[in-house]
Amino acid sequence: MNQILIIVFLPMLAAIIAGLGNKQLGNVAAKSITTGALFIACGLSWPIFIQFLNGSAEATVVPVLKWVASGALTFDWALRVDTLTAVMLVVVTSVSALVHLYSWGYMDEEPDQPRFFAYLSLFTFAMLMLVTADNLVQMFFGWEGVGLASYLLIGFWFRKPSASAAAIKAFVVNRVGDLGFMLGIFGTFLVFGTVSIPAILAEAPGMAGSTIGFLGYRFDTMTVLCLLLFVGAMGKSAQLGLHTWLPDAMEGPTPVSALIHAATMVTAGVFMVCRLSPMFETSPTAMTFITFIGAATCFFAATIGCTQWDIKRVIAYSTCSQLGYMFFAAGVGAFGSAMFHLFTHAFFKALLFLCAGSVIHAMHHEQDMRFYGGLWKKIPVTFWAMTAGTLAITGVGMFGVGFAGFHSKDSILEAAYASGTSMGSFAFWMGIFAALMTSFYSWRLVFLTFFGKPRWAESEHIQHAVHHHHEHLSDEDGDADHAHGDHGHAAHGDGTAGYHPHESPWVMLLPLVILSVGAVFAGFVFQHAFVSEGTGEFWKGALVFHEHLIHAMHGIPELMKWMPFIVMSLGLLIAWYGYIKNTSFPAAVAKQLGPVYTFVYRKWMFDELYHYMFVVPAFWIGKVFWKVLDIGVIDRFGPDGAAWAVAKGSTYAQRVQSGYLYSYALIMLLGLVGAISWVIAG
Amino acid sequence: MSGFPILSVMMLVPLAAGLACLFLDAKAARNLALVATLIDFALGVVLWLNFDVGGAQWQFTERVELFSGFSYALGIDGIALLLIVLTVFLMPICIGASWKSIDKRVGEYMGAFLIMETLMIGVFCAQDIFLFYMFFEAGLIPMYLIIGIWGGQDRIYAAYKFFLYTLLGSVLMLVAMLYMVHVAGTTDVPTLMAYDFDPKVQTWLWLAFFASFAVKMPMWPVHTWLPAAHVQAPTAGSVILAGVLLKMGGYGFIRFSLPMFPEASAQFAPLIWGLSMAAVVITSLIALVQDDMKKLIAYSSVAHMGIVTIGLFAFNTQGLEGSMMVMLSHGLVAGALFLCVGIIYDRLHTREIARYGGLAINMPRYALFFLLFTMASIGLPGTSGFVGEFLSLAGIYAISTWTALICATGIILGAAYMLYLYRRVAFGDQKNADAAAMLDLDAREYLMVVPLALAVLWMGIYPESFIAPMRADIAALEARISAAAPEGDSKVTVGKEKPVHEHAAHEGAH
Repeated sequence: MNQILIIVFLPMLAAIIAGLGNKQLGNVAAKSITTGALFIACGLSWPIFIQFLNGSAEATVVPVLKWVASGALTFDWALRVDTLTAVMLVVVTSVSALVHLYSWGYMDEEPDQPRFFAYLSLFTFAMLMLVTADNLVQMFFGWEGVGLASYLLIGFWFRKPSASAAAIKAFVVNRVGDLGFMLGIFGTFLVFGTVSIPAILAEAPGMAGSTIGFLGYRFDTMTVLCLLLFVGAMGKSAQLGLHTWLPDAMEGPTPVSALIHAATMVTAGVFMVCRLSPMFETSPTAMTFITFIGAATCFFAATIGCTQWDIKRVIAYSTCSQLGYMFFAAGVGAFGSAMFHLFTHAFFKALLFLCAGSVIHAMHHEQDMRFYGGLWKKIPVTFWAMTAGTLAITGVGMFGVGFAGFHSKDSILEAAYASGTSMGSFAFWMGIFAALMTSFYSWRLVFLTFFGKPRWAESEHIQHAVHHHHEHLSDEDGDADHAHGDHGHAAHGDGTAGYHPHESPWVMLLPLVILSVGAVFAGFVFQHAFVSEGTGEFWKGALVFHEHLIHAMHGIPELMKWMPFIVMSLGLLIAWYGYIKNTSFPAAVAKQLGPVYTFVYRKWMFDELYHYMFVVPAFWIGKVFWKVLDIGVIDRFGPDGAAWAVAKGSTYAQRVQSGYLYSYALIMLLGLVGAISWVIAG
Repeated sequence: MSGFPILSVMMLVPLAAGLACLFLDAKAARNLALVATLIDFALGVVLWLNFDVGGAQWQFTERVELFSGFSYALGIDGIALLLIVLTVFLMPICIGASWKSIDKRVGEYMGAFLIMETLMIGVFCAQDIFLFYMFFEAGLIPMYLIIGIWGGQDRIYAAYKFFLYTLLGSVLMLVAMLYMVHVAGTTDVPTLMAYDFDPKVQTWLWLAFFASFAVKMPMWPVHTWLPAAHVQAPTAGSVILAGVLLKMGGYGFIRFSLPMFPEASAQFAPLIWGLSMAAVVITSLIALVQDDMKKLIAYSSVAHMGIVTIGLFAFNTQGLEGSMMVMLSHGLVAGALFLCVGIIYDRLHTREIARYGGLAINMPRYALFFLLFTMASIGLPGTSGFVGEFLSLAGIYAISTWTALICATGIILGAAYMLYLYRRVAFGDQKNADAAAMLDLDAREYLMVVPLALAVLWMGIYPESFIAPMRADIAALEARISAAAPEGDSKVTVGKEKPVHEHAAHEGAH
């Protein structure tokens, strides 16, 4: 299993070389090194996964280096490979390799390419450290490492104020979650005396029913630990309350959104819950809470997704919503289904983002879907890939055969229903509603982008492009063609403004095609391995797998089994009616809904709420502490007051003329003399 | 190495060079100072390599009896070793940082720095309580001069502010020391560390030492001298102030207050926790609203020192080792951050954050190093900042979950103010033409930041090098104070379901 060392550390080396080499190294070299490293890592990861798939591999741990040993608190750098890791390895390295490749085309005009590719590889390294962690602290290292890479990549276009702001927001909001994670690690160490994951999981059941003191009260031990750790997961996976950074993270280049904010990093929270599933299983309260948060997030994010116009934000909210599905699957104990959805989602969501990138590329950086339309003939490959992704996310399929999302999402919904708890059925119905909305907003995106008449003329980006193009032309062709140039804007009454979108180059299309294959087949092919009777063989105890839940899933009413399909069709129908048949319908509905629509459109007002609840007070309190407390009170009655008193005193006494320094030294000397005489006397 | 008085030599080299500098011209003084500090650094490496980990507690001891029990006694344990190595590591960098920016009275300046190095090493290796006191107090005099002569506009105010803060604490500490020597009959620090003072008296002695150490630390609310001093000090002054002088308070706690007055330490632990929580939250919020780079980093230092004090008063191994790691890391990182400020201050002569912006465009290498140190300050795992912060917080969690929770908010607030600073300096567009015209790092500046960067990563990835020398000393200290440790609020109680089984298992294990 020593390939794992290459898989993990090769991207790090590539990142260092490309990052430090930067301009001296040149674009092509930096891109080749990083992309090459990722393809090697990917090529080495699939055999490992396949070995686990056919049951010929065992979980191993490869030690790397001692890290910290402080009393009983010891943890080392080590790489753990088991089934769960193997699944994450293929997801991370495959998507990352394809995103590296795609970025050759997407970032082609970028002046700062080595830096971009170095960040991408750095991210991959950190993510791999996270998924191979054998102890909680190394997981935390990966956790923060991906946070750093995410910060750097969101802020890649750092000249843009909005990008720098979004980068900070992502880091700081994630840190709120990390606070929980960190306290969770401390608590875990306190209870179990170790941070080694296998040791904790082995002992967790024995702690059921014990209590622990926390903030002056006594609680159920495992509930406290699990909830603290889950706060970390909520931050990284953008769950309700700590989700606000994810939509803003779309300020980063689109390949970044595909890799980090869709396929890999944001799923770290789900991975963590699955990795620690034997621990979470010991606290029904924590499991109920996870189910609730997941279900609420999947519903809430979907509502916002229905109203947004920015193509990337729609997909971002969609990601948030799909992560909600994974969490409530974990919450009802269907960890296998959660991982299965994580796996399929990685392919189809990366695909959707990369397709969006291709559209944005074709439309000269325009991201507003109101200015799209009629693109399917212009960029056919992108269109078909996007369609494949949409079929996958909406879960099209019947009689056990369908696109990727059909298999994984249905298994989640069935598990929620089959769990039989009231929170489980709450999650089921939330999931059904969300599935309706998923279908609606996904098809809405496709219809707005690819169908109907072109609406490009009003876009500033397009106008800019056309202007630029014409000026360019007239420069080349001289004054003779001037009339033609003017003709360009006015005469195109077809909404195109004379703009001609081009299909992306093959380096961008190839990843789309490969991911499309994943989006179509990943569910069908791997369903047996991830979620079915006998799947325990595959997981080999890497996560908790309930065979009885699988049995119960088979036993749920036929209507409930068909429910996802029904709502999916309904969503498609509404989207078709609203965006193809009767295009004035959505505006009418929005008007009818009035404040409700505004509330949802403005993202449930979370940003405003947090701004006035946390950001403004923090700055205000900071100012008050500084001006009033430090300067107004402490200094005034402390040193300044003393100085004033000394000055007053000295003017009366007229004794001390030497300045403070000397009197200080004098006092010290006198003190020493006193000391010595005391000792001699004593 | 036995017999060779390496500690005395390490103190003598900068002292002799420092005195010589006073009479040399600028160029010669610079060269001599650099050579002397490099020799001391080399000696520091020798010291480290020859330190016997797991050997005697006190090594490299020297003792010359002077009179009536007062002696010139030196010796180090692992804790002192690390702080000495930090000192001699930072000194050449300080000389380098002053190479061009100091152009008046260079000889005196270098002299002050070198003499300060002697005194700082003295603080960490003195084994006689009065010798310690002498070094401890005298070490600050060169710092006053550096601020007062080579400082900024309000240098006099800054210098006397510190003087007023220090005065009271020092006098009280001296009185306490006199009493202790009187009662215990010895000035020998190792002996005093094992002496059991009457718990009632301990309270007063502890408070007297606290008055001095809390100011040096500095702890909230006696911290206001620090922003003033940092803002006025020249770059190298800030580096050494943050890097080493702030560590003397922590060293004092770990060497005197905790082992000599364990009962009193336990009694006052809640006070320390309270002040630390206040330090972390309040000074972090203040750092958020600063417009002056140096003031921002100065306030962040106070917040970091809050993490040191909770670690010290967690009464367990993780807390103690964590607080030492925070001190070492902060020495590197805060020093490096002040250096980063100095590098651009040398170019634009302003500390006002708003005058910069978009430096990642014209100074990409600088931006990279600044980012690394920013991340280390935030405590990103893999950098030095994480290890100490994590261990300290883990330590305090075991004893006070409230304190752990409040102080852990420092990781959020720290990220907020540091990234906000980084954004305003390195990100954004190039608003100011003069800032946009600044050149990237030159060779001299590389020589200063690269060693710091490597040290920061080393300490983050393989901290064992730094934990190993102090492990036995921390264990001894923990053994001395653990009996008095206040009871934690997070004890696990095994529930009703299976108490019999658990108890049986426990007894079996014993």
